[in-house]
Amino acid sequence: MAFQEKPMGFFTDTSICIGCKACEVACKEWNQLEGNPAHFTADSFDNTGQLDAQNWRHVQFIEQIPDNNGVVMTPTPIAGGQAWLMMSDVCKHCKNASCMEVCPTNALMRTEYDTVYIQNDVCNGCRNCISACPYGVIGFNEEKGIAQKCTLCYDRLQGGLQPACAKACPTESIKFGYVDDLHKVADDRLANLQKQGYAKAQLYGRDEQVYGGLNAFFLLMDKPEVYKLPSEANATLPTRNNLPGYVGGVATAVVGLIAGLLAFRSGRMNANNNTTTTPR
Amino acid sequence: MLAAEHFASPPHWEWWILGYFFFGGISGGSYALGTLLRFSGNARDETAARIAFITSFIALIPCPIFLTIDLGQPLLFWHMLVDTSTGGLAFRPESPMSLGSWALLVFGIFSFVSFLGAIAEVGWFRATGGIARALRGTAGLVWSAIGTVFGLFICAYTGVLLAVSNQTVWSDAGWALGGMFVASALAGSAALLLLLARSRRDVDADTAVRLESADRYFVILETILIAIFLVTLAIAGTIGKVLGVWIVLWLLVILGLLAPLALRSGAARRWPPVAAPLLALLGVLALRALVIFSAQT
Repeated sequence: MAFQEKPMGFFTDTSICIGCKACEVACKEWNQLEGNPAHFTADSFDNTGQLDAQNWRHVQFIEQIPDNNGVVMTPTPIAGGQAWLMMSDVCKHCKNASCMEVCPTNALMRTEYDTVYIQNDVCNGCRNCISACPYGVIGFNEEKGIAQKCTLCYDRLQGGLQPACAKACPTESIKFGYVDDLHKVADDRLANLQKQGYAKAQLYGRDEQVYGGLNAFFLLMDKPEVYKLPSEANATLPTRNNLPGYVGGVATAVVGLIAGLLAFRSGRMNANNNTTTTPR
Repeated sequence: MLAAEHFASPPHWEWWILGYFFFGGISGGSYALGTLLRFSGNARDETAARIAFITSFIALIPCPIFLTIDLGQPLLFWHMLVDTSTGGLAFRPESPMSLGSWALLVFGIFSFVSFLGAIAEVGWFRATGGIARALRGTAGLVWSAIGTVFGLFICAYTGVLLAVSNQTVWSDAGWALGGMFVASALAGSAALLLLLARSRRDVDADTAVRLESADRYFVILETILIAIFLVTLAIAGTIGKVLGVWIVLWLLVILGLLAPLALRSGAARRWPPVAAPLLALLGVLALRALVIFSAQT
């Protein structure tokens, strides 16, 4: 059965992510992404590295193992998902999307499910969206010469199927659904965690403070910056610099033109030099 | 103040974009200088003005080529202007790249027409003498004034394009980059015009002297904008990104700034005449290189 045409997205509950990377594999399988050659990242169990044109899901491994006076302690379940953080990162499908703001070709569009989608046949590979995305989600596909990122499995949605990553997630850390419904699930989960004493637990992108709200939002067990997510204060749209940028340019141009005119109209080098003036 | 944090990936705008920023700046700046020389109302400046308009168009030629080559899909360059989804025009004022694409097209028309007029005036191509006649007098001044607006926009928007992002350095210096690129373009163009003027005997010596004077004003303006750029980065806590290995490029920038001033003080009297303008141009290139590359590494 097809989905209704209303906002759909992910609620990724990082407190129950086990870092199995099933989401990464399912994503690559469905979207026929070859992936990048494996290499040693020296970053915990992460050999994916980052989101890019070949990785539309990326499981972050963040080690925060308590250091007890130099003696590294073995993390225990008591740490409650706070010593070894894992998060399956993905395009946030922002309500106010930085990438859409700057795209000069309208290759980036919003679908009937309120998700952000790159039209492959319209994109000409200018990479402006890459410079704008605050999450480093979009990558440049060298082979195709275009920008690529998670489509929230747009093709599957049209067939009434949930995205591959959510389908494959064994712990239901990645929950898919209508955003309104996901908000309720997230609120309940957060309340539950806070009741258990996880003071740092927080929702990211649930509300409008971050890019007008994220259709793919998260439950985090620490500050957003720990997960390489900009905090509310740093979650700024690129177009904030449009007006000041142009004002700075215009002001400088005016000063420059006046300075130039003054220089060119100034007295001639030699007083005895006869000058002629063009008729106006 | 809260230090800016960036988690954005670099767009890998590199050598082609550097080339475009440089030549685009020189083209826009040269056109503005040509217009200023015409507005000065001195017939002896006319030769230098023609050189400026010719330089502007020649410098503009590589710009669309570099931009197209830099695209992942060069054959789809026209998607910058035509919205293939709707069949209408792809004009998006909030996107500096979209505005810049249109401005480049419009400025190209102004620059080309002024170029045709200038080459007819110098006798290289008399077939366009009609254009040269049409550009004389008030009509020509109006034409070049409007062209200057677009030319200076080309200089400025490249900085705004970088600022309208979420990249470190670029977005942190939001309102300084556009102005800095304008000032640098004017200084570089004045240096290039001086270089060309000195290679020709028909350019009035006094015009060259006043060009030097204008160049010094532009250099002072550029220095102020560079200082503002550095202060904004310091406030954002990202100034470290443009230091370190980039000191080499800063040295070139400083040399480029000092060269025109050194001429005035007499310290560089023994230099070959082309030395100061060449150093100034190198400084323009270095400034753009360090802004482009430092943020992406």
